[in-house]
Amino acid sequence: MARLTINGKTHDVDVDPTTPLLWAIRENVGLTGTKYGCGIAMCGACTVHVDGVATRSCAMAVSDAVGKQITTIEGLAQNGTLHRVQQAWIAHEVPQCGYCQSGMIMAAAELLKNTPKPTDADIDNAITNICRCGTFQQVRAAIHAAANA
Amino acid sequence: MNVVPKINRRTFVIGSAAVGGGLAIGFDLPFGGPVSALATGNGPELGVWVVVKPDDSVVIRIARSEMGQGTITGLAQLVAEELECDWSKVSYEYPTPGQNVARKRAWGSYSTGGSRGIRESHEYVRQGGASARMMLLQAAATEWKVPVEQCSAANSVITGPGNRSTTFGKVAEAAAKLPVPDKPKLKDPKDWKIAGKPIKRFGIVDKVTGKQVYGFDLTLPGMVNAAIKESPVFGGKVKSFDAAKVSGMKGVKKVMKVGDTAVAVVADTWWQAKTALDALPIVWDEGAHAKVSSDMIAETLKAGLDAEQAFVGNQNGDIKAALAGAAKKVEAVYAYPYQNHVCMEPMNATARYTADKCEVWVPTQDGEASFAAVLAASGLPADKCEVYKLDLGGGFGRRGAFQDYVHQAVIIAKEMPGTPVKLLWSREEDMAQGRFHPVMQCKLVGALDKDNNLTGLHMRLSGQSILAAVRPQIVEQQKGRDPLVFQGVADSGEHAFGYTIPNLLIDHAMRNPHVPPGFWRGVNINQNCIFLECFMDELATAAGQDALEFRRKLLGQHPRNLAVLNAVAERVGWGKPAPQGLFRGLSHMKAFGAYVAAAAEVSVTGNKIKVHRIVAATDPTYAVNPSQIDRQVAGSFVYGLSALFYQECTVKDGRIVELNFDSYDSMRIAQMPKVESIIMPAGGDGPWGGVGEPTICVAAPAVLNAYAAATGKRVRSFPLKNHNLELA
Repeated sequence: MARLTINGKTHDVDVDPTTPLLWAIRENVGLTGTKYGCGIAMCGACTVHVDGVATRSCAMAVSDAVGKQITTIEGLAQNGTLHRVQQAWIAHEVPQCGYCQSGMIMAAAELLKNTPKPTDADIDNAITNICRCGTFQQVRAAIHAAANA
Repeated sequence: MNVVPKINRRTFVIGSAAVGGGLAIGFDLPFGGPVSALATGNGPELGVWVVVKPDDSVVIRIARSEMGQGTITGLAQLVAEELECDWSKVSYEYPTPGQNVARKRAWGSYSTGGSRGIRESHEYVRQGGASARMMLLQAAATEWKVPVEQCSAANSVITGPGNRSTTFGKVAEAAAKLPVPDKPKLKDPKDWKIAGKPIKRFGIVDKVTGKQVYGFDLTLPGMVNAAIKESPVFGGKVKSFDAAKVSGMKGVKKVMKVGDTAVAVVADTWWQAKTALDALPIVWDEGAHAKVSSDMIAETLKAGLDAEQAFVGNQNGDIKAALAGAAKKVEAVYAYPYQNHVCMEPMNATARYTADKCEVWVPTQDGEASFAAVLAASGLPADKCEVYKLDLGGGFGRRGAFQDYVHQAVIIAKEMPGTPVKLLWSREEDMAQGRFHPVMQCKLVGALDKDNNLTGLHMRLSGQSILAAVRPQIVEQQKGRDPLVFQGVADSGEHAFGYTIPNLLIDHAMRNPHVPPGFWRGVNINQNCIFLECFMDELATAAGQDALEFRRKLLGQHPRNLAVLNAVAERVGWGKPAPQGLFRGLSHMKAFGAYVAAAAEVSVTGNKIKVHRIVAATDPTYAVNPSQIDRQVAGSFVYGLSALFYQECTVKDGRIVELNFDSYDSMRIAQMPKVESIIMPAGGDGPWGGVGEPTICVAAPAVLNAYAAATGKRVRSFPLKNHNLELA
C-alpha cells in the first residue's frame, strides 16, 4: 500500500511499489486524463507535476512519488477556473486528436511558471512532447498567448 | 477501377470504390433487421440525419469517425447549412454500426480513410439537412394553412405571411410525421453561411481538461484488463507457454492463447497483466519467414527494377523509341522504407460477451469494419452484436481496414462471459504488429532532346502491394495489378498524373515480402511524390533549367495543377533571391481529388537541415472549414517530415526491430517549420477533393529539392538519418 497525494487528495493505492506512477494514477486512482504513449519517458503524454516539476510519470515508480504533491491535468484548474494554458488551448483550438494534449499542457504550464515570458527558443527547449497529429504551430501560439494573458 | 458491390438479400459487400486509386474494404454484413432506438437523440427524427428537440436543440448524426481531422465539425456544418438552423444549438451523435445494419445502411459508409469523410458524403448529408428543413417548413405551412412557398427558415426560426413566426422545435413533432423529400435542391456554395467558415471544432474543452474518454480510458463495471503478445515474426504461431510461471502473480486472472498466433494475460489492472505477460515464457513456432531481413527484401525489390514483367499504370507514346533517340538520358534509383503509423494511442478494444450479446467499444476509423469483426469473432448474428465508437487517439490508416485488436478482444471476452475485458496493446506490441507503409523502390529514366525538352519518362516501381494483402479481390479483377500503387501518377481520376510528356511509361513490378502492409496517411503518394518530384528536379538540373519553369512547360494541360504550383512559387518568392543562407525547393501533386503544392525554404549546416518555412497550397474544390484545413496541412507536414528524417521499420530475423520512440523518432516543436497554407478551392460542379492526406506528400520532396539546391547532393533512400542527416 502506498499513499499518494494527487490534486490535493490522498489516495492509498494497493500496488507493487515498482509500479509506474502513471498506471497507479490511471488504474488505481481512476484519473485517466494522464496518458500512456511509450512507457519509456520519450513521448511526454504521461507528464504530470511532481512537487511542481513536470515529470514523465511512466518512468517514476510509485515508491518515489510517496510524500510528494502530484498534480494531473484534472487538477490544473483552480476553483473551477481553467488554467490560462488551458484557456489559451481552447482559444487557439490546439488539439486535433487530443491524446497527447494533457502532457503537452502540463509541460507548458510548468514552462510558464518558471519562465513567464518564454521565447521561441525557451519553448523549443521545454516542450519535447511528441504529437503525431502535428499541432506544434498552435501549441507555440497558445503558449505565447497564455504568457501574455 | 470500378468495384461493383455484390448485393443479395442477405449480405452486402461493403465497397467504397472511388475513381482512380480508390479502394474498397471488404467484409460482409447482413443488412436489415430489428430497429433499435438510438441511445441518445430522443426526439423527432427528420430523416436519418437530423433530430430537432422541442427546445430547438439540433442533433446531427455523423457516420464517419473523429480522429483529430475535424470531420465531425465539417459534416455538421454542411447539414446545418442546409437545415438553416442556429449553429449554437447543434450537437452531434454517432449512430451505431448495429443501427446502420438494422436500418439497411441508412447512414451509408462509416469508412473514415482515404480522405473521403467529407468529399464522398457531402452531397447526401447536405440533402439530409435540406430535406429536414423542407419538412419543418411544410409542418409550419400546414399549421398556418398557407402555401409552403411563402414560408422560409433561418437560424432555427420559420417565418410566414402576416408576420407568422415559429421555431423548429415547435413544429418538429409534426414535421417528423411527413415523408422525407427525395433529392432536394441544394444551396449554391456561394450562399453558405455556416459551411465554408472557420467554425470552432467540437470537443476541444474535453481534450484540454482530460475528460475526453479514449478507448484506453474506458472503464466499465467489473471490467478486467488484458495484455497481449502476438508472434513477433509475421506468420509465426504459438508453440507453447508456461502459464504456471505467472498465474500466481498478483491480480492475474487468466493466461490464454488467442487464436493460433498470440498469448494474452488477463488481470485486474493492465499493469499487472503486462508485468505478467513480460514474465511469461512463450515458445514460438516462427514459421517460414524467421530468417528474412531488410537487406533480403531490398534485393528482391531491386531485381524488380529491371524485371521483364510489370503492370502498366500509365502509358502513352513510345517510351523505348524516346529513350533510344534521346540526346541525353538521366537515370536515378530511389527507395522508400517500411513505416509504422504510431498513433499516440496504441491499439485497443473493450469487449463484453454473453451468449445473447457481444458489445465492443473501440476507437475505429470504420465502425462497420469493427462490426464485421465482432460478428466474425463472436459467431453471433448481427442483431446480437453492437459496436460503440470512441474518438480516436490518432488513426492515420491503422484503425480502418484492420480490426485485429477487435478480433482479439472478442476472443478473450468469450472466455470470460459477462465480464468486460479491456485489451490494450503496449507501444512495443503496437510497433511490432503494425500494418506497415509498404516498401517501394523506383527506377526513373528520362529522355531529353537536343533542346533539353523532356521527351520521355519511364518510372518503374518495384515493391509491395497493399491491396494484394488486404483486398485481393481487386487485384484479381485487375488481373494481378494493384491500381492503388499508382496514386499520384495514374492515367486519370483522383490521382491523375499532372505532367504531359509525349512518351511515358509508369509500371509496377509487384514484390510482396511477408511484412503485412497497410494504408498509412497518404498511402502511396508518399513515395510516388518523392520519386517523381525529386526526379523532375534532377531532370531540370540536367536540362539546365529552372525547376519551376521546367515543370510549367509540362503542366499546360492541367491548369489546376499549375495553379497550386504557381501559388506557392509566388508566395515563397521563387525567382527572387532567398534570404541569406536559405535554399528553396518545390513539389506538387494531385491526390485524393485535391491539387496540392509546396515550396520549402531550408538551410544546411554540416549534417543539420533546418526547415524554416513551407508554403503549401491546396485546392480541394470546396473548403468546408478553412481553419481545420490549415491544421491538417501543417499536421500532415509533421507526419511526413518525421517519416522523411527519422522513420524506418527494419526487418531482422523476420520481425520488426524498432519497437518504441527511442529507435523510431518523431518531430518535436523545435523542428517545426513555419507553415503557411494557401487554401484555394476552385469550386465548380466536379468532384470534391480530400484534405487529411493530400498535402502530406509534397513536404518531403520540397525539402529534398531544397537540400539539393543547397548542397548539390541528391539523397535517394530514406529516412535521412541513414545518411547521417539530422532535422534541426
